[in-house]
Amino acid sequence: MALDKSEVEKIAHLARLQLSEDDVGEVTKRITDILALIDQMQSVDTENVDPLAHPLDVVQRLREDEVTEHNQRDELQKLAPLSEDGLFLVPKVIE
Amino acid sequence: MIEKTVAELSAALAAGEISSVELTQAYLDRIAHYNKTLNAYITVCNDSALAQAKAADAARAKGDTSPLLGIPLAHKDIFCTTGVRTTCGSRMLNNFIAPYDATVVERFNAAGAVMLGKTNMDEFAMGSSNETSYFGPVRNPWDTEKVPGGSSGGSAAAVAADLCAMATGTDTGGSIRQPAAFCGITGFKPSYGRVSRWGMIAFASSLDQAGPICKSAEDAALMMNVMAGLDEKDSTSIDLPVEDYTATLNDSLEGLRIGIPRQHFAEGLSPEVEQSIRDGLAVFEKLGATIKEIDLPNNHLSVSAYYVVAPAEASANLSRYDGVRYGYRCEDPVDLEDMYKRTRSEGFGAEVKRRIMVGTYALSAGFYDAYYRKAQRIRRLIKNDFSSAFKEVDVIIGPTSPHTAFGLGAKSDPVAMYLEDIYTIAVNLAGLPGMSIPAGLPGGMPTGMHIVGNDFAEAKLLNVAHQFQLNTDWHTRRPAALGKEA
Repeated sequence: MALDKSEVEKIAHLARLQLSEDDVGEVTKRITDILALIDQMQSVDTENVDPLAHPLDVVQRLREDEVTEHNQRDELQKLAPLSEDGLFLVPKVIE
Repeated sequence: MIEKTVAELSAALAAGEISSVELTQAYLDRIAHYNKTLNAYITVCNDSALAQAKAADAARAKGDTSPLLGIPLAHKDIFCTTGVRTTCGSRMLNNFIAPYDATVVERFNAAGAVMLGKTNMDEFAMGSSNETSYFGPVRNPWDTEKVPGGSSGGSAAAVAADLCAMATGTDTGGSIRQPAAFCGITGFKPSYGRVSRWGMIAFASSLDQAGPICKSAEDAALMMNVMAGLDEKDSTSIDLPVEDYTATLNDSLEGLRIGIPRQHFAEGLSPEVEQSIRDGLAVFEKLGATIKEIDLPNNHLSVSAYYVVAPAEASANLSRYDGVRYGYRCEDPVDLEDMYKRTRSEGFGAEVKRRIMVGTYALSAGFYDAYYRKAQRIRRLIKNDFSSAFKEVDVIIGPTSPHTAFGLGAKSDPVAMYLEDIYTIAVNLAGLPGMSIPAGLPGGMPTGMHIVGNDFAEAKLLNVAHQFQLNTDWHTRRPAALGKEA
């Protein structure tokens, strides 16, 4: 199915991406092409076919709820663009 | 020495013909000479590699005889490595230094292998030509105006050009096998769940799998002996005993039943690739195998189903790149939403953004059944096709790619690029093991033979490929063009 620019802008917002005015036409065309490729699968009747979520049809393994990892907060926070006193900093959310 | 296989190098190290330090230095020298041309490595680890090599030589002196002890390897830059940056080919992770090793990396370290560096790749493993990398395209060692394939293009080019003895790769839709085919080397994608993915940056979680990229099936077996096995840290890792993959390499192929899918020898396949695969099949017949035509009637739907499943899972996996905990953050965000949007728009390249958007659309309210659920139903049909085929045959053989490597910049249309993986994608959707081995050199460019097995038939595939390599010499051919570049 063909998308229009406003639909593409809505998808970009859902994905938290920003499209420039220059890009939106090109992106709309490319995504429309990809959706046309995807729509080939609509030609097949799959009414009575069970979805396959995992190629081996197995379920997730469970384990005891025990602490196995040591706390690496300081080490992990070193990777953050901005952190202070053990907290990740972001632009002000609440006035 | 550097042109030798892992098995040969292992014997040379054991015999004291060369030390790991000497071997490692030889690869580092060659990387220094050729990486500017090929761009196969994003990061080269001169000092730590030599330190690891020294430690390997010391361990050997104390009696350690591990097969991979002191063998220099390269890791695709998708595997986290303590203290060495892991970029995943993206600006988003340009400065990301993981505080831990991926399980695959940990296992190679424990086996005494030497890490030479981290190889270039399509951004977040999304691509079939290595042209989506933030760090620029990799060039094919056989012809530097051509692509090496993708997404593990850096690993494949590095192995083909003797810039390492072996390398790791990952395969979500063909990303080990197609670059192995384009670069004339051996690439192995294990069954889903066979190799741990802990510390391997996620693209599409129901498809991703790690595997070896190397110079022979025997080397792939040696690498799989290290890589395969249960990992409690990866909940998709399978709890099945690990075989010694080298033990059955020499089994006879007498009576082997090979299936060749009609759908893989149809329109779109280049005549010279077809010829090299058919010549290869004749080799198997001489070894006592029987060939039978089979059908994979839903194969033509695999690319469409894949481009729902993979982008949908990618859009969820890549939502973690928000500029808060690690990775790139935009300058001077005015508020939280501005930070998210500009961080992601500036940090991701065009192909990654396209796939995130396709996936977001497929998962958005009202479309889930029409896209993701529908694709999962198609996935079942594809798996059923393989299951029926494996009632009649032991392995399935065809071409890895419809043609040899194409030119840099030749495929600018995303849909044309997606169709590159027409023979490999169904294997990921079905979770099966598959590999590509060199099968010819029409026009001086390598072709790949694709061998697919049933669930966890890794040992059988390696056996079949090894027997082929004992009776042909395509896997020993190396690019002559590279010498002229120097």
